[in-house]
Amino acid sequence: MARKQPAKGPFNLDLSLERNKGALIAILYDIQEHYRYLPEDVLKELAQKIGKPLIEIYRVATFYKLFSLKQRGRHQLKVCTGTACHVRGSERLVEEISKSLCVCRGETSADGEYSLDTVNCLGACALGPLVEVDGEYHGNTTPQSLKTILEKLKSGENKE
Amino acid sequence: METKEAVRSVEALARLAGFHRQARQKVKTRILVCAGTGCIVSGSLRVMKEFERLLADRGAAAQLAGVAEVGKGVGVAQSGCHGFCQKGPLVRIDPYGIFYTGVRPEDVAEIVDTTINGGKTVERLLYRDRDGLACCNQEEIPFYNSQTRIVLKNAGLIDPEDIGDYLAAGGYTALAKVLTEMSPAEVTEAVTRANLRGRGGAGFPTGLKWKEAFHQKAWPKYIVCNADEGDPGAFMDRSLLESDPHAVLEGMIIAGYAVGARHGLIYVRAEYPLAMKRIAIAIEQARETGLLGEDIMGSGFDFDAEIFVGGGVFICGESTALISSLEGQVGEPRQKPPHLAERGYLGKPTVINNVETLANVPVIINIGAPAYAAIGSAKSGGTKIFCLTGKVNNTGLVEVPIGVPLAEIVRGIGGGVPDGRALKAVQTGGPSGGCLPAEMLDLPTDFEELSQAGSMMGSGGMIVMDDTTCMVDVARYFINFLRDESCGKCFSCREGILRMKEIVDDITAGRAGDETLELLKETAEMVKNASMCGLGQSAGNPVLSTIRYFEDEYLAHIQDKKCPAGVCRSLISFTIDADLCTGCTACAVKCPTKAISGEKKQAHTIDAALCDRCGICLDTCRFDAVRKG
Repeated sequence: MARKQPAKGPFNLDLSLERNKGALIAILYDIQEHYRYLPEDVLKELAQKIGKPLIEIYRVATFYKLFSLKQRGRHQLKVCTGTACHVRGSERLVEEISKSLCVCRGETSADGEYSLDTVNCLGACALGPLVEVDGEYHGNTTPQSLKTILEKLKSGENKE
Repeated sequence: METKEAVRSVEALARLAGFHRQARQKVKTRILVCAGTGCIVSGSLRVMKEFERLLADRGAAAQLAGVAEVGKGVGVAQSGCHGFCQKGPLVRIDPYGIFYTGVRPEDVAEIVDTTINGGKTVERLLYRDRDGLACCNQEEIPFYNSQTRIVLKNAGLIDPEDIGDYLAAGGYTALAKVLTEMSPAEVTEAVTRANLRGRGGAGFPTGLKWKEAFHQKAWPKYIVCNADEGDPGAFMDRSLLESDPHAVLEGMIIAGYAVGARHGLIYVRAEYPLAMKRIAIAIEQARETGLLGEDIMGSGFDFDAEIFVGGGVFICGESTALISSLEGQVGEPRQKPPHLAERGYLGKPTVINNVETLANVPVIINIGAPAYAAIGSAKSGGTKIFCLTGKVNNTGLVEVPIGVPLAEIVRGIGGGVPDGRALKAVQTGGPSGGCLPAEMLDLPTDFEELSQAGSMMGSGGMIVMDDTTCMVDVARYFINFLRDESCGKCFSCREGILRMKEIVDDITAGRAGDETLELLKETAEMVKNASMCGLGQSAGNPVLSTIRYFEDEYLAHIQDKKCPAGVCRSLISFTIDADLCTGCTACAVKCPTKAISGEKKQAHTIDAALCDRCGICLDTCRFDAVRKG
């Protein structure tokens, strides 16, 4: 695979264009990875560089769930609401997180710390309900075990 | 022999495979730690590290003491998903096939002492069957020995990140045979005679698809592997990519040869980071070994593959939407014809096959079409992998011949419903499928039979539901899912599903009148009949199948304003049985809405007006005093 983006500093759009041979979704994926969302000025620059109207890029960016036009939280929480997790009570976990971290489903908390999303299926149905915190999966989550996970997160033990 | 050397002929492949086989024979004991997503969640990577640390330690210590090396001849490797994730982390010790479940890092020292050095099993880590008998090796476990694992044959037994393991297990021999002994038409003919049908859901005959693309004059042609496994409750594609990625790749190269394509594209869901990593490694290793690239095995056939990341949208699993997405556009389906074989990726002939379908291809070549066809039912050959989840004792991946009765999977391999509860329904086919009642468990799991019963095979999700599952709530769940995922192109699907959602919301909230059920049926039929793609055409299934088999439950919600399963919040209430309540105050402390009151050591009561029916009191009470009704 071609060169990776530098870990820090501004996003190198040219590098991403070259690496992905102009494939729009892959480029947006890179931008999202870097900023945790798609900033407007970067999309404008992208539109200019690939010679497409901005609205077309917005159309793609808003269609795919992977992308966000709003800044996402420093910590990303995802609750799997696939069928197997649903019948084992994932809905209640969403509510608990929502209350505990003051963040609505699909949104970011006011302090910019936490984002809460629901995902359709993480593919580990045997261990449902599943909660993902900053990329780490927690299986067989109960409201009790969730409490421990959230307390750890709040006290900063979960820092990347 | 240099292992990095590219394989330029069939003989060279055989030599390389022999080399890897011999190298593996030198390892007397091999510890395989499951590193599938499920076991990683349960902590298998820590178990693996502990094995490595301990074996290194002991080997070193023994050397210092001048005695034989303990670590010698013992290898530790990761394996892919065994499909028994619920019992993870799983550890298999070969050549004995000893199978340990629920292994913690603390258990590793004992395994090393007792099993590796002592030659005995650690009893407490063995799987116990229903009669409490310990199963010493994996093959004794009923969950495994009732399956027909031909596609999953390597799953859990090889290291998915090591092409040597796949070669040693006879990998890429099907490709070698195809490239040297068969013409493209013969390959397609074999797949056709094997009765292979698409495992992604629709069950279209694979041979027919290939033939159509083969006869196209336009060039280049593309093979696309659909790994956008969006059905909630289905994870066989993830598991295959994680446990045996080379099998999928081998199938893809063979497909490329059969249709005359030189480019392969693998469209993987963004939610499957590990599957993506493993298939990327497999591609890299196949290239290094000369199994991808130009002039594969000296046959003159060129093929290469690359990976695309999906955008987390369910509709992109639909073939025409997937193509748009690959092209960097919005993943909206388009009208067919023209079929993809005619106009697919970049307007060129394209074949899309599902991960599992492709993994079946090397099997067909290896065992021969007649033997393969004999495994399945009259109209579809081979096996199907199901993801058995929900309220069932053994959850996991189950591979069975197509056509076995549902009961054999759910009651036999799955071991029935836990906690002595009653089986109520089995949901198959994901959001496009339907719910089949317990009385229909004799139904064969065949594409046609399941469709006739109002459900479908789908990609293979199978969710077991017991009497605590509300069927109206299940229908509501799937409608909500489909409403989120409808791309909005067809009015009937976009607005129809929304209306269905409103109606079902009314039913679960106790607001529905007597006419609602008819209206719901009519709306569901309309969405089915007037929508363009598979999503809309099957969007009525969850509603129609639950009404067909569980109408009583709908009527209980509508007429009696009751939810018999006690799930729909607006229709249930919680009370405390004064005779059983000890007044321990535990529920009152935990109640988030402060709806429970009472003196210490006196029976408590719930204020229905304040109660938001979260059920925490029910979970908290140790005296069974909380009643739901």
